[in-house]
Formats: sequence, structure tokens, C-alpha cells
Amino acid sequence: MDKFIQVCNVYFQYDSDEDASTDSFALKGVDMEINKGEFVAIVGHNGSGKSTLAKHFNSLYLPVTGDVYVNGINTKDDDRLFEIRKSVGLVLQNPDNQIVAGVVEEDVAFGCENLGVPTEEIRRRVDNALKTVGMYEYRTHSPDKLSGGQKQRVAIAGIIAMEPECIVLDEPTAMLDPQGRYEVISTISRLNKEMGITIILITHYMEEAVLADRVIVMDSGKVLTDGTPREVFSKVEMLKKHRLDVPQATELVYKLKGCGYELPVCVLNEEECVEALASLLQENKAGRNINVSDKG
Amino acid sequence: MVREITLGQYLPGKSPIHRMDPRSKILLLITYIVVIFLCKNFVSLLLMSLFSILIILLTGISFLKYLKSLRMIIFVIIITGILNLFYGSGDVLCELWILKITTGGIYNALFVIVRITILMMVSAVLTYTTSPTDLTDGLERLMKPLTIFHVKVHEIALMMTIALRFIPVLLEETDKIMNAQKARGADMESGNVFQRVKALTPVLIPLFVSSFRRANDLAMAMECRCYNGGKNKTRMKVLRFSKIDLAASIISVVIFAAVIFTNTIFQPVI
Repeated sequence: MDKFIQVCNVYFQYDSDEDASTDSFALKGVDMEINKGEFVAIVGHNGSGKSTLAKHFNSLYLPVTGDVYVNGINTKDDDRLFEIRKSVGLVLQNPDNQIVAGVVEEDVAFGCENLGVPTEEIRRRVDNALKTVGMYEYRTHSPDKLSGGQKQRVAIAGIIAMEPECIVLDEPTAMLDPQGRYEVISTISRLNKEMGITIILITHYMEEAVLADRVIVMDSGKVLTDGTPREVFSKVEMLKKHRLDVPQATELVYKLKGCGYELPVCVLNEEECVEALASLLQENKAGRNINVSDKG
Repeated sequence: MVREITLGQYLPGKSPIHRMDPRSKILLLITYIVVIFLCKNFVSLLLMSLFSILIILLTGISFLKYLKSLRMIIFVIIITGILNLFYGSGDVLCELWILKITTGGIYNALFVIVRITILMMVSAVLTYTTSPTDLTDGLERLMKPLTIFHVKVHEIALMMTIALRFIPVLLEETDKIMNAQKARGADMESGNVFQRVKALTPVLIPLFVSSFRRANDLAMAMECRCYNGGKNKTRMKVLRFSKIDLAASIISVVIFAAVIFTNTIFQPVI
């Protein structure tokens, strides 16, 4: 697979006046590669540097030492800044603060207008983007009247209209209710599956991270572990040690295993959990030795 | 409480006035304002009032809405009316101490009241029938010639757009902060004016802090979408003068000319 984003030994500190003791750095030597078409989730608790890292992907922040390459372009290359921002779009946490215009379709058009896309082409892209996120019928509405999930989808449409190869979402669901969260996450996975857009989802909801192809766990400015959701969430001990959650289903199975039940190493969602428990019950019925409810 | 304040009260519709180009609406409104202050007699004033009513009917928006637009300035109208009553020449009708009500005063008062009333209502036509974006867009185009004097027209228009976009957001936030402070025991409803203004400090400070945070986020979101100060910017919606604009301009010019004409042939009353 093609390497799309390469992060090489990046250090970053917010206040450059501070002395260079390692504590003042938000990122302390991050290395990672993100391939074209991947759906990557980056998780970590508050202050782990995940949002700081997100802003490095489209050169909003520049590394103090180290380099970030997008499609082979160094993000420090000022002349190709718009090329980078055009190919990597960033969606922020608060949906209210990233909508510029007072009408949905005007806001979606904002990025295209800045890029100097011809008028008819903007119209086509805006309509497509709004249809993709399922907000087409709201195109003439004012953003204030929309729910949080709808606003966030409008913000995503604004990025899609610029036709990026990659979308970085910095905790897009943190301020939404469960319904809004579902709307946003299903939109994101559809973009990845149907349009082949590379997705980097920064989140602290482990249930969302499970949907990704790959999970990267960050802790105090470093990459802690990197792998498929199954690989990462099987390391329950290690995640707990770094104050991170695992999906509820995973935790349940993990705890039951601790009690001595024969269960798979790692389940990721409710269905797998139910399946595992059902097969366990089946076996027990056949063996007639343990009553599960006694130990539960 | 804060929710009741409405700004940029656009009422969507499909009337001919709605479909007019914002630029022609703004220009015609400016001419209208000039002409209404040129009216010097009853014939021209009546003509202007009839024209205003025609415009208001054409928008297809309920007359009640227009009356509401007057609510905010009803006191201004009454006070200027009363003041004008005592100002003028002509036959003295009534004398109160040093104040004299004259026929000229009555005419003055009448003219001022009618002028301000129809002026406010016709201005409301502009804000009711033009979306905020169209309005700022129209203003940006109209002010374009000012760029040669180094006026940052694009920045001004963007500031207006953002202000209009964030007014409801900040109103909601103010409401939230007020409730939060009330929950902590803040008293905002009692005391004299000074005490009440002082009681607003714990509302304004958090509001300012959060506005700066919002501004920071917004700047970042704009940068993410390649904002570069409006250089080489294209538009999704291109404003075009249509036949409606032509018709509206011709009708307006004819009526304005008629008003000025009647002004000269009939005796001025003020």
C-alpha cells in the first residue's frame, strides 16, 4: 500500500520560549505511517498529544524537530501549503465554531471558493457533498437551527467539497448526543468504504475506534501501540495501566476469562460477545458442570 | 429573555422583491431615503406613501411583521413628532407658556411621523426579503470601487458574515452563562441600574473568554479550508441583474421623478 502520511520522529512544544526539558513537549518523538485508503483511529486520554498530532497532518502546526510528509510533501514547505491543506482536510471538535457562513450551502462552498474553483463546478461539488452526508434537504437552512450531529455533518461536507484524499477528524463526536454520534460515525465509515477516502479519526470512545482498520494508542506524546483493533484491545492490562478504556464487550469477556471461563482472547463488539457467551453456554450445557449464574 | 432579540430577520419567500438582486435593492433604498426627505407637500408625500404600500404588498409578507419593525422605534417617532409640533411658523393655534403650537408645527410633525414610519417599513423590506449572505455579498460588490482607496472591502464583508453567523450562537451562550450564574446565586434582577450593570460582569467575562476560544477555532477551521484573505476567490452564487431589477428600477425612477415633479408644481407646506 502507498504511504500517504509519514510522521518521522516529531517533537512539538506549544511555548517555544520554555526550556527544552522533555516535559514541556506535547509530542516526544512520534513516528507513524498512514497508508492510502486506510481508516485509522488514534486514541489516548486527555493530554496524550493526539489532537496536537492531528494539527500536524495539514500543517496547522509544524514540528519543532522531525518532519511530517503528506504525499511526499514536507509540511514545512510553505509554497505547497494549499496543496497539503487541499488533500488533508481537518474537522474539529466543536461543530458551532467551524461553520463560517449563515447558510448551510454557502458554508460548504467556502473551501471551494477559496481554492478558486469555477462557479458551476462549486455548485456540483456542494450538492454532491451535501448528498454524501445526507444534508441535501437542509441546504438553504441556517446552521443555528440544526442539531449537533447535523452541524458536524455540514462541517464534514465542507471538507468533502474540497475533494481531499484524507480527512482528519479531531474528536468529532465529543460534543454530540448518541444519535449525533451515530450519524457522524456512519458517515465517516461510508466515506472510507465507498469513496476510498483515508480517514484518521481521533477519539476517546473505544466503541468508535473498534470500527477502524487500525488503532494507534498514544500516551504522553508518544505512540504506545499500533495495530488492528483486535491486536490492540487484547492488551487490556496495558491499556488499563495507561488509564485507557476498552470497549464494554471486550472488558466483560476479559473479566469472565479472568474468572476462568473458556472464552476467545478478544471480542470487539456486542455481537461477538453474545456469540462467544452463547457458545460458552452451549458447551456448558453439554458438559453440565458449571452453572454460569452462580459465578456471574 | 435574550432569545427575544432578533437580528437579520430574513423571511424567505418567492415574491418579485425577494428575487431582486441585493445590489439594486440597496441602491434603490438609498435613493428612496433621499427622495422621501425631498417631499415638501401633501401630494408628493401621498405619492411616496402609496408607493411604499405597493412595495410592502408586493413582498407578500404580513403587514403585522412591518408593524413589529416599528415597535422598537415607536418612542423615537412619538418624541420627534411632539418636538416638531412646537417648531415652525404660521398661525398660532394654541399657546402654552413659551411653547406655541402653529399650523406649520402641525405640518412638520405630521411630515416627520409619516416619513420615519414609511422609511422604517421600507427599510424592513430590505432586511425581510434579503438573506444576510446576499446582503453582505451585495454590499461587498457595491463597495468594490473603494478598494482603490485601500478600504479592505473583502475583510469588512467577511466580518459582517461572521458577526451575523455568531450572533445567535453568542446569544445562546449568554443565556447559558446567565443561568449558570443564577444557579450560583447571582442576583441580576433587583437593584438600581448601576447595580444591575455591575451584576452583568460575571456574565460578560466568561462570554469574552469563550468568544476568543471560538475565534481561535474558527480561524483554524478557515485555515483548514485554504482561506487566504480572499485572493483568487471564486463564488458559488454569482449576482446577476435580471429583468425584475430592470423593471423595479424603471418603476422606481418614474415614481421618484413624479414625486420631485409634484414637489415643484404644488405649493410646499413645510
